[in-house]
Amino acid sequence: MVTKKAIVMEGIDNVAIVVEPIEAPAEIVVEAASDKIVVHITDNIPFGHKFAIRDIPEGSLILKYGEPIGVARIDIKAGQHVHVHNLESKRGRGDQ
Amino acid sequence: MKFMGYRRTDGTVGIRNHVIIIPSVVCANRVARGISQLVTGTTWVEHQHGCTQLGADAALTRRVLVAHGTHPNVYGVVVVGLGCETLRAQDIAAEIKKTCPDKPVHLVIIQDEGGSVKAIAAGASAAREMVGGASSMERTPSDVAELILGTECGGSDACSGISANPALGVACDLLIDAGGSVILAETTELIGAEHLIAARAVSEQVAARCYDVIRRCEDSAKAMGVDMRGGQPTPGNIEGGLSSIEEKSLGCIYKAGTKPLQDVIDYAMPVTKKGLIWMDTPGQDIEQLTGMVAGGCQIVVFTTGRGTCCGSPIAPAIKVATNTAIFEKMKDNMDMNAGTIITGHESIPQVGKRILAEIVQVASGKLVRAESLGFNDFAIKRIGPSM
Repeated sequence: MVTKKAIVMEGIDNVAIVVEPIEAPAEIVVEAASDKIVVHITDNIPFGHKFAIRDIPEGSLILKYGEPIGVARIDIKAGQHVHVHNLESKRGRGDQ
Repeated sequence: MKFMGYRRTDGTVGIRNHVIIIPSVVCANRVARGISQLVTGTTWVEHQHGCTQLGADAALTRRVLVAHGTHPNVYGVVVVGLGCETLRAQDIAAEIKKTCPDKPVHLVIIQDEGGSVKAIAAGASAAREMVGGASSMERTPSDVAELILGTECGGSDACSGISANPALGVACDLLIDAGGSVILAETTELIGAEHLIAARAVSEQVAARCYDVIRRCEDSAKAMGVDMRGGQPTPGNIEGGLSSIEEKSLGCIYKAGTKPLQDVIDYAMPVTKKGLIWMDTPGQDIEQLTGMVAGGCQIVVFTTGRGTCCGSPIAPAIKVATNTAIFEKMKDNMDMNAGTIITGHESIPQVGKRILAEIVQVASGKLVRAESLGFNDFAIKRIGPSM
């Protein structure tokens, strides 16, 4: 009865959460608000992890639940894995 | 909505009828454990504190120990001291007795009894009498408005914010509508989501307090001079797909439902208002659990994506798995599965109603897994060094 491989929480989000592991390459259709977006997945995405559903330029906000969860450390292309390697947290940073 | 509880003479309602052995100091842990091991029907706590503590730090430890004695889920208490400690067992016993004059309280001081063997014997004898009294008490119908529910998420994964936490939020809203109280805690795990909860505050003062506790929490993280990732989110959270504290917090806050925030209270302070209350606790699971129970919560709902087994010695913690894989893998420790939301078998409101039904059953006596498997985790937040 699994209907979706990935969930977009809010329409303005630029990432989707994977609810079934995805092996690249793959074409995934996600629903963001009322839009259907086709994403070409270029990284393997484990269960519970995120991929970009649009290009996210370096320095711009990464949005999930309609809220910022961090900033892109580098340019992130649609379909790439978004995680600690390319997402910079902005809070509790005693190292900056 | 009713459950079967233990009405106390101070007007509170317990959902358990524990006899608990509480050491006032780390040096009395062995004796407390020894007493409990001799007497079926008792529980006990152990901790690392109670001596060479100063000021507010000593007061906080004392508050938590006393609150576990006065707690509505507790029928009777044996307080054990060594005899020379900062937090004197006789003071803790006296404070419990002063708050709850009808509660059986017995004091054992190891140095006065003549050593650990005699202290265990004296404590066991008193505890045995209490178990007799506790086991003959009957449950009576009580309204769910008497319940204070503690909410917690630990070992979170990316499903926490999609399945179990939103479902717990539904259960919290239903309980508050029925007149109950709900504790939201783990301040660290609200960093990045504070604007959402502050917007629900009942007054400007409460909203200001939301930002204030977050600022202090974030400043203490920054004072360590590192990126908090690894500490928060933990390596297990990161493996589960959470990339930052902001992401963890935004998933975490769903479990608080949608009701107005009535107050922000300090760690282990008593919950005196109805509705949603934020208690300022660390994100560390057991310190949080202990603080909420000290605040008077009789029952906890604990969501987990990575899987956790823990439980309070006196308050049942219902474990709700965020995904079906961990529910199956750690079945011995998981009470409920919210992974059905991810697979599309159930909706968020359906699981929320199921959680509330489970709360009522557990409040009426059904044992959760952490209880039947003997978990009695206990950890007190420290705000000062040992001297």
